[in-house]
Amino acid sequence: MIDFTILTTYQDEYLKGFMTTIEASLLGLVGSFIIGVIIAVFRISSVRPLRWFGTAYVEFLRNIPLLITVFVFYHGLPVLHINLSGFASGTLGLAVYTSAFIAEAIRAGINAVPKGQMEAGRSSGLTYIQTMRYVILPQAIKVVIPPLGNQFINLVKNSSILGVVAGLDLMYFGDTINSETFDVFSTYIFVGLFYLVLTIPLSLFVGYLERRLARAY
Amino acid sequence: MMMKKSWKKALTLLVVSSLTALALVGCGSSSSTDNKTTSDTGTKKTDTVSSATLDAIKKRDKLIAGVKFDTNLFGLKDPATGKVNGFDIDIAKALAKDILGDENKIEFKEVTSKTRIPMLDKGDIDVIIATMTINEERKKQVNFSDVYFKAGQSLLVKQGSPIKTVDDLKGKKVLAVKGATSVKNVKEKSPGVEVLEFDNYAEAFTALKSGKGDALTTDNAILMGMSQQDSSYVLTGGLFTDEPYGIASKHGEDEFTKYLNTFLKKINDNGDYAKIYKQWFKEDPKK
Repeated sequence: MIDFTILTTYQDEYLKGFMTTIEASLLGLVGSFIIGVIIAVFRISSVRPLRWFGTAYVEFLRNIPLLITVFVFYHGLPVLHINLSGFASGTLGLAVYTSAFIAEAIRAGINAVPKGQMEAGRSSGLTYIQTMRYVILPQAIKVVIPPLGNQFINLVKNSSILGVVAGLDLMYFGDTINSETFDVFSTYIFVGLFYLVLTIPLSLFVGYLERRLARAY
Repeated sequence: MMMKKSWKKALTLLVVSSLTALALVGCGSSSSTDNKTTSDTGTKKTDTVSSATLDAIKKRDKLIAGVKFDTNLFGLKDPATGKVNGFDIDIAKALAKDILGDENKIEFKEVTSKTRIPMLDKGDIDVIIATMTINEERKKQVNFSDVYFKAGQSLLVKQGSPIKTVDDLKGKKVLAVKGATSVKNVKEKSPGVEVLEFDNYAEAFTALKSGKGDALTTDNAILMGMSQQDSSYVLTGGLFTDEPYGIASKHGEDEFTKYLNTFLKKINDNGDYAKIYKQWFKEDPKK
């Protein structure tokens, strides 16, 4: 049986956590997108060291658990006298981690556009940047949207990592409520519902974007 | 409808279980009074008392103690040697020496908080010396000796911290571990304190070291372990909860409990207790 009194008794905690999760997700979303685009550009760049850096970044970050990335920011950085709060290190870790996946999605989308498009653009007198902007990217974006949407949904769910570094998010308060009520099932069911409130609209929005872009050409 | 049915069920269950509990308590107390009447006819001298447990130990020529194998400072198994070491272990050895004249005439069996009372009831172990807090609920199931260790919640701070007592915590950040009663306690003792909770003690201590909070709170025994690891962190503020550890033995065996109390008094008087205490906690026992 789900105990609804938990929701009313601890509504302050749930709401506080919910707001923090929204905040961390939005910051993570913007941050990971910006870093992801930069890394994707590095990875397809013709400058070799940049390409190497991009590859190293992606392979390094996507192949270690998010938990460890966040621990490095929270417990590791103080060694260098950089002391970040749970929220800051959690959100930063989340953005850095997700950016590796976003970079891959964007790179794959750009690579999916046939080589001939670039050659055609360049021979029409467009510069490299112009070709990218007017020929390649508009085509790539259609391929990129679905995996990008997936990453953003993952990011919202992964923001629960803040809970282990005392980031005061939804998961953190879920844990603290649980240790007072001992009602594991009810406590986390409500936590899950709050995440759904965020992820379902996001999911629908990504679906809508996909359909609209498919119509555009 | 569903609700009503399950409510009825729950109510019936409650009534039945409380009746059973009452019956059990009744049995327990009557048997213990029986014991008292029989033992009162025996000799008054404590070192020649006879009790079923004591007789069994002497006949076996070995004391079997239930101890923790996983608790730092109290009972921790060294994977290299396979030996268990700790404060509880040394108290048990002293007891073996007192009963049988040799501290090595002892066998340690691992108990957990869940298994220790059933194992005692079954006769697998003679005594429980395993960080067991004396409380009224447990007194219905086992006999407790006098307190042999005063545990309780305390604070760990960096040396020279302005925090001296639990009252100084107002507006400060306190680190704790999720799921522990220590969070509730510290919030009650010092309203307005900000508590940051972590998954385990290692993470909480690391967070304290990197300055994510002003103090760390949990049982004093765990804090002492941390303080020994890094002496720039010290315990402060005394104990603000009361969790006295006692030696548990079979329920109703009051003569054996009396023997245990005499034993505790003896090692207290002759300094053995202080020696053991100092060896593990690096300080003199508090009076």
